Amino acid sequence: MKIRISDDALAIACGADTVAQAFMRAGAEVERVSSWGMHWLEPLVDVEGVGYAIVTADQVETILAGEAESIGPIAEHPFLTRQSRLTFARAGKTRSTSLDDYYSSDGWRGLATARTMGAEATIETVLASGLRGRGGAGFPAGIKWKTVASAQADTKYIVCNADEGDSATFADRMVMEGDPFMLIEGMAIAALAVGAQKGYVYIRSEYPHAIAKMETAIAASAHLVAPFVVEVRVGAGAYVCGEETSLLNSLEGKRGEVRAKPPLPALEGLFGKPTVVNNVLTLAAIPWILTHGGEAYAAYGMGRSKGTMPVQLAGNIKYGGLFEVGFGITLGELVNDIGGGTDSGRAVRCVQVGGPLGAYIPPSRFDLPFDYEAFAAADALIGHAGITVFDDTVDMAQMARFAMEFCAVESCGKCTPCRLGSTRGVETLDQIIAGKNVEANLALLADLSETMKFGSLCALGGFTPYPVMSAITHFPEDFR
Amino acid sequence: MSSLAGILAEHAGREGPLLPILHDVQKMFGHVSEDAMREIAQTLNLTRAEVYGVVSFYHDFRTEAEARPVLKLCRAEACKARGVEALVQVAEGQSRVKVEPIYCLGLCSVGPAALVGDTVHARLDSTRLTTLLASL
Ligand SMILES: Cc1cc2nc3c(=O)[nH]c(=O)nc-3n(C[C@H](O)[C@H](O)[C@H](O)COP(=O)(O)O)c2cc1C
Ligand code: SF4
Ligand code: FES
Repeated sequence: MKIRISDDALAIACGADTVAQAFMRAGAEVERVSSWGMHWLEPLVDVEGVGYAIVTADQVETILAGEAESIGPIAEHPFLTRQSRLTFARAGKTRSTSLDDYYSSDGWRGLATARTMGAEATIETVLASGLRGRGGAGFPAGIKWKTVASAQADTKYIVCNADEGDSATFADRMVMEGDPFMLIEGMAIAALAVGAQKGYVYIRSEYPHAIAKMETAIAASAHLVAPFVVEVRVGAGAYVCGEETSLLNSLEGKRGEVRAKPPLPALEGLFGKPTVVNNVLTLAAIPWILTHGGEAYAAYGMGRSKGTMPVQLAGNIKYGGLFEVGFGITLGELVNDIGGGTDSGRAVRCVQVGGPLGAYIPPSRFDLPFDYEAFAAADALIGHAGITVFDDTVDMAQMARFAMEFCAVESCGKCTPCRLGSTRGVETLDQIIAGKNVEANLALLADLSETMKFGSLCALGGFTPYPVMSAITHFPEDFR
Repeated sequence: MSSLAGILAEHAGREGPLLPILHDVQKMFGHVSEDAMREIAQTLNLTRAEVYGVVSFYHDFRTEAEARPVLKLCRAEACKARGVEALVQVAEGQSRVKVEPIYCLGLCSVGPAALVGDTVHARLDSTRLTTLLASL
């Protein structure tokens, strides 16, 4: 009887190590695998395919005796059967740093295809897939690759953006901890396509487990991606370093200040060399696309948002976790049908989509389809597709204040509207919360937001007004 | 590798070595001292001000030693939605452990979450946090 328990950081934080040890002490054979992404069930124990949820060490005997209550066959769980798992096809099924498991689950097939078809056809395949950058801006990956491929230089780089700083996001972490070879394969394909020799994975320091898994996987697969070389670099607790030019400065050992564009990183990136900067999920989608073809990927999704998005359901939600699905699903389906509403059992008051720079959206707008263009038209942001659910106890004035505070703490300091405006915003919101000159201060805040929107070099200062102003627009009663 | 010189030697010849060096220094000594900054600057051919500028930019690096154990409590939106602000009182009701804010640990579906060294904690409530703080 084989027992499978995830060793991803979330499962461990919920007690998976203790449970695994208890099973081993009881003489069971335990395999540590990636996470299924059904976070509310962790620690989830898989006994020959049958699941036991929120297991504690004292339940081990009854589970082994077959007397515990199960949730049934895990793979048939409706949370999973409703998904289209392309990037997360291996989730829950393989040991993350086992090359054997990776090989036997279609691993390295994408790279083999790319090697056979060559650089140009590889880029054509990525273009045909319609894959857009998953880090937030939604820029077509194939076009970025083409630019780097056509740049003339002795050295080129692939930089994987694994800074994943947005609250409510963990898909990058799950890829790195659960399926690191897939990311390495994606980077190797990118390198082949654009002619790069060296790759860096810039991982935030808040992710010690992801760092360790990536390092193990890189060492184990070095011979398979050679002469391409991959190295992990660790961030140092600066949110702005997720912005690609700030990240490049950080990799070069500098302050993580944002660079003005142009020059584009594609032409003058790391150490001034042509550089592909792509998010983890962008690169992780590549092996599937090369294996199954660009058209197969483009068959998922809607409009100009092709393929699948690993949506992250977080915050006060009943069924939180990773839900990979074709674009086009509505916010309401995600939050209510799939997520089950709030974890507290109270009414959903709003959601924030796209992290700290994303707008707050009330349930009256839950018909919004998950699509880059539809969100932009609604002054909202898909970003890295994290959804934070709030119940009706949330104080939106406090959330608006936090948005400004976060911007003040994390500003790289380069632009005045961002650096000083955010601090001013906190002060103004404090006045509003204290009930002082509310109307005048709200007008001031609106002005300040306009200045930040148009006078900021990057989206940290430029988009912080979205959560602030959306909170005021949709929940004025919290400010007066 | 047991000294600053050892760390510097280990990273010699690397591209963009400053952040990896600072991480190693902080791991070994608990902080990045004035002396360390001077020596790093000399080795990398930077000014002391440049190294200080980098150290002060990033939230991770400390210039002063912290004698107390440190718990980093996530204060970002998803953990707020799951009630972390109510735990701040618990954290502030003691002084033996230094409690610092952190913004997201990628555990946003099972918050409130915290990080102690490399150990992650989730589903914190006031009882659990009290027990955790007492155990450090
Ligand atoms: C303040 C700020 C933070 C960002 N953080 C991230 C991040 O954590 N991860 C990421 O992939 N992109 C982040 N981005 C977007 C990157 O600048 C860039 O668009 C992305 O890495 C490009 O990769 P993609 O095309 O694959 O999405 C951030 C942007 C801004 C302005
Ligand atoms: S908007 Fe803020 S974070 Fe972005 S470049 Fe300007 S100061 Fe830096
Ligand atoms: S918001 Fe707290 S772990 Fe992500």
